[in-house]
Amino acid sequence: MLTKRIIPCLDVKDGRVVKGTRFADLRDAGDPVELATRYDRDGADELVFLDITASAEKRRTVVELAARVADVLFIPFTVGGGIGSADLAGEILRVGADKVAVNSAAVRDPAIIGEIARRYGSQATVLSIDARHVADHWEVVIDGGRMPTGRDAVAWATDGVARGAGEILLNSIDRDGTKLGFDLAFTDAVARAVAVPVIASGGAASAADFVDLFARTQADAGLAASIFHYGELTVGSVKDALMAAGIPVRPRERAFA
Amino acid sequence: MIAIVDYGVGNLASVRKALAAVGARAELVREPTALRAATAIVLPGVGNFGHCSREFHRMGFAPELRGARGRGVPILGICVGMQLLFEGSEEDRGEPGLAFYRGSVVKLSGAPRVPQIGWNAIHKTGEHPWLRDVRDGDHFYFVHSYAAETSDDVTLGTVEYGGERLAIVGSDGLLGVQFHPEKSGANGLRLLRAFATADAGVVASVSH
Repeated sequence: MLTKRIIPCLDVKDGRVVKGTRFADLRDAGDPVELATRYDRDGADELVFLDITASAEKRRTVVELAARVADVLFIPFTVGGGIGSADLAGEILRVGADKVAVNSAAVRDPAIIGEIARRYGSQATVLSIDARHVADHWEVVIDGGRMPTGRDAVAWATDGVARGAGEILLNSIDRDGTKLGFDLAFTDAVARAVAVPVIASGGAASAADFVDLFARTQADAGLAASIFHYGELTVGSVKDALMAAGIPVRPRERAFA
Repeated sequence: MIAIVDYGVGNLASVRKALAAVGARAELVREPTALRAATAIVLPGVGNFGHCSREFHRMGFAPELRGARGRGVPILGICVGMQLLFEGSEEDRGEPGLAFYRGSVVKLSGAPRVPQIGWNAIHKTGEHPWLRDVRDGDHFYFVHSYAAETSDDVTLGTVEYGGERLAIVGSDGLLGVQFHPEKSGANGLRLLRAFATADAGVVASVSH
């Protein structure tokens, strides 16, 4: 049976992991490759790196990061954060990343989704959506949650899949950093609307939040950042709780020796 | 030297790096005749079958792969590279595979989500030297919308996804896996190590 995936996310700036809440109050949390290796040992099914470097050096640092990770990690990983062109996506994929996530750039120019999918395949193309609950729906916000777009997130997910996105990564801005648990209604609305896998994020604080996510929505994966970084929660303990709840997860592997 | 067939598709750096991690020296090969010097060959592939098949044939790799198969050079097909071992695919009916095995590749149906993306357990149904460290129930990382079907007696493993799908096929000197061993953690590295030690490409005993 296909297992539900647990995905630690690392926000990276100038080659270092940073984490406060997602978009503000950045604190240094270490070397991305070291942390990634630790997550791998702990049973992470996949990793997401969001490069939030905004300098002219970004192009170099983000490709370098992907190459360094691919040298030592043999599980799938996605790179996102300000990816604005199919060319840059290609560079990241060529050095060993499996997927590239586009977010704000895709809202500004949706053609980039189709361009990456056409060149590198839908399996390598992730549409990342930040959204906030407004009135009776979820509105897409961009630029790190600052800029509302007026666009409906469920419709945007559907449109993105039609354009070639092979996976949807959701982030609830309302829940992000709140530790109130995943936004189940938002996640399920999107997961029911699209036929590609959906990754939920924003708000997870406990193993029980992951159990709720998979017991009550059709999400395929759950992502979290700071709770894993600061050791408040381990991937292993999340998986133990999921297994106890009868939710299929990848068991700990026999060590490579 | 292990040759990774580079016909312009897929994440070849990952395959090379994973082979390096098990102590094997592998090179990307863009010149088909260079496969004559290979002690083992990895045939990767990702994305669309028709695109892969067109590029693979256009660059002239098909006769060299057949030659290598004839000489008994170990060959490992991964993902669409595994699908290329068959006669063709309904993803692009006009494009032929290598036809090492009878059968063709069909769209996943009956599953809630296509593509299948993620870790799934294989059911091991047969033995092969390169599967010596793979156990029934081991999890591997899958990314695919199509799966092969065969009437040949070459099925070595299956995976449950909206039905029982072909996950591993093989025979003497040849193995095809629908999953990505280079992205399947320790389970994948064990498989790659067994494949790599089938030739002289392993430079040292491996320990991690």
